[in-house]
Amino acid sequence: MASVTDAELKEMTQEERVKALGMTTEQLTGKSLYIEFDPDAEERFTYPWAPDVDFNKRTELDCDGLTTTEVNAKVRDLMNEGYGTVVLQNPRGMHSLGVGILNKLNLIIEGSTGYFAVGLIDGPNVRINGRVGWSCGENMMSGTVMIEKNAGSTFGAAMRGGDLVCRGSVGSRTGIDQKGGTIIVGGDTGALSGFMMQRGRMVVCGNAGKNLGDSMYDGTIYVGGEIKSLGVDAVTAELTDLDKAWLTRKLKQYGMMPDKGVDHFTKVVAGKMLWNYDNLEPNEKKLIL
Amino acid sequence: MCGIAGLIHKGKSSNVGGEMTAMLQALKHRGPDSTGYAVYGEADDGDYIMRLKVAEAEDMNRGRGIHQVLDERIAAVEAILEENGAKVKSKDRVRPYALRYVISHDGDTGEMAEHIEETEGVEILSLGNGLELIKDLGDAADVAGAYGLNDFTGTHGIGHTRMATESDVDIKSAHPYWAFPYNDVSVVHNGQITNYWIMRREMERKGHRFMSNCDSELLAVYTAHNLANGVSLEDSLRRSIKEIDGVFTYLVCTKDQLGMAKDTMAAKPLVLYESDDLIAMASEEVAIRAILPHEIDTTDPYDEEVRVWQA
Repeated sequence: MASVTDAELKEMTQEERVKALGMTTEQLTGKSLYIEFDPDAEERFTYPWAPDVDFNKRTELDCDGLTTTEVNAKVRDLMNEGYGTVVLQNPRGMHSLGVGILNKLNLIIEGSTGYFAVGLIDGPNVRINGRVGWSCGENMMSGTVMIEKNAGSTFGAAMRGGDLVCRGSVGSRTGIDQKGGTIIVGGDTGALSGFMMQRGRMVVCGNAGKNLGDSMYDGTIYVGGEIKSLGVDAVTAELTDLDKAWLTRKLKQYGMMPDKGVDHFTKVVAGKMLWNYDNLEPNEKKLIL
Repeated sequence: MCGIAGLIHKGKSSNVGGEMTAMLQALKHRGPDSTGYAVYGEADDGDYIMRLKVAEAEDMNRGRGIHQVLDERIAAVEAILEENGAKVKSKDRVRPYALRYVISHDGDTGEMAEHIEETEGVEILSLGNGLELIKDLGDAADVAGAYGLNDFTGTHGIGHTRMATESDVDIKSAHPYWAFPYNDVSVVHNGQITNYWIMRREMERKGHRFMSNCDSELLAVYTAHNLANGVSLEDSLRRSIKEIDGVFTYLVCTKDQLGMAKDTMAAKPLVLYESDDLIAMASEEVAIRAILPHEIDTTDPYDEEVRVWQA
């Protein structure tokens, strides 16, 4: 940085200054898409490390009168008995149902759940025929979760893999700290969705609230409707053919393809202009900030 | 953390006491310290219902002399009622420190309320034609049982389960708060108000009184101030989002309305159920499902969302 004097820096615009000081100014266009998605690859719904349970072996469990701990323990017992399809009846807003399932399993929840439904899962395919409360799919690692109604806030917080799908609308801070995987929302999402998103993809077919993608590090957000406002360091980027191919595949997979296709989606990525992307020394930072 | 709940029946009365108890008991895990109700029935012939406490629950452990102190306070309250021309039609000492009066009064109830609260240890919990505000230590089953709320019939109500974070575990810091001295207005709140002291001093300069150091009381005083100045409930809720800092979701009831407001960050939860004849909302769906066990459609209100429903 010795070639640039303080006096010269003071005369520069902010953009010229950060470039002269060697800050990263590359605008990402959904890097994780290129790393993770191969349009020619076969579709994959199960995971090789899942234990062998028989999907045709089906049973039902009535949650009425049971605690969350009892329900979750019973589901584990049923998996150990080889049941590959478990239906939970009468959940009535219970919290933390189906958390920590690390096996291949068809889990069907006939009704609505409370907070933290199916968090920390690694492998199961879950269908929830109701609504979910806050933090559904938090930290989920793989599998698919399909919610038929609406979802609460922090939907898919810190999720790392798999597909988390809500046909209805979701609350605020969707995909906060998302580290991977795919979140798909059929309706709208609230404020600060994609806040501090790190990797992965989020698709919102409806509208997005204010501060979308605030402080996102990486990852890609696609929005089919209006965006109330972009957050700090979130920028729009060109929707490429690869993006369209991926969107088409994912939305068709879950029967959520909009009538007008995917060309109208807005793509949002990290601008990578925040201080944590620079390589400046503290004194240099003071000069430009 | 705290849990809040509210419900309003459109155009009919129901067992809101029992319904609110079921909802609040389902939220017990969000706040085990105290439980409070503001439920709305119908007083006869324009009578006023006054709920008050003459001591804190813990004061009852201060020896035998406390009973005489309480009797003296009650006598002082009744003397003030008489001085102000209020006629006591019924009196119910629900607990040694908690009373319910039905009174007829033609004058200024606000002025009378201020006189009553000049009595040491006395706080009016609510005053109005329809509002009955009950709050005490313990869970919903305890409070409903002690105060006979399970059979209360009315049109709407709000409730609160408190986990004390900003002030003591006592009745004066429990919710709901009555919007003193504005009849029939009550508030419950989940969150933290970060400009509490600035706003409190502003309200105190305008002549409003605070009975506790609980930040939630500010919302009641703020609402009372707005309503007294002709602001509609909906506009007051909207203003609060701009003027009050912090993270909050709160519910307000008037004699025939129920309103909600959510802060700009949408940081505190609320789940909402709407049908043609019933609106129910709570911090968690599990509370709504306590009164509606069949499958229902619910939504989460978004940031800065304000709604008002009519009974």
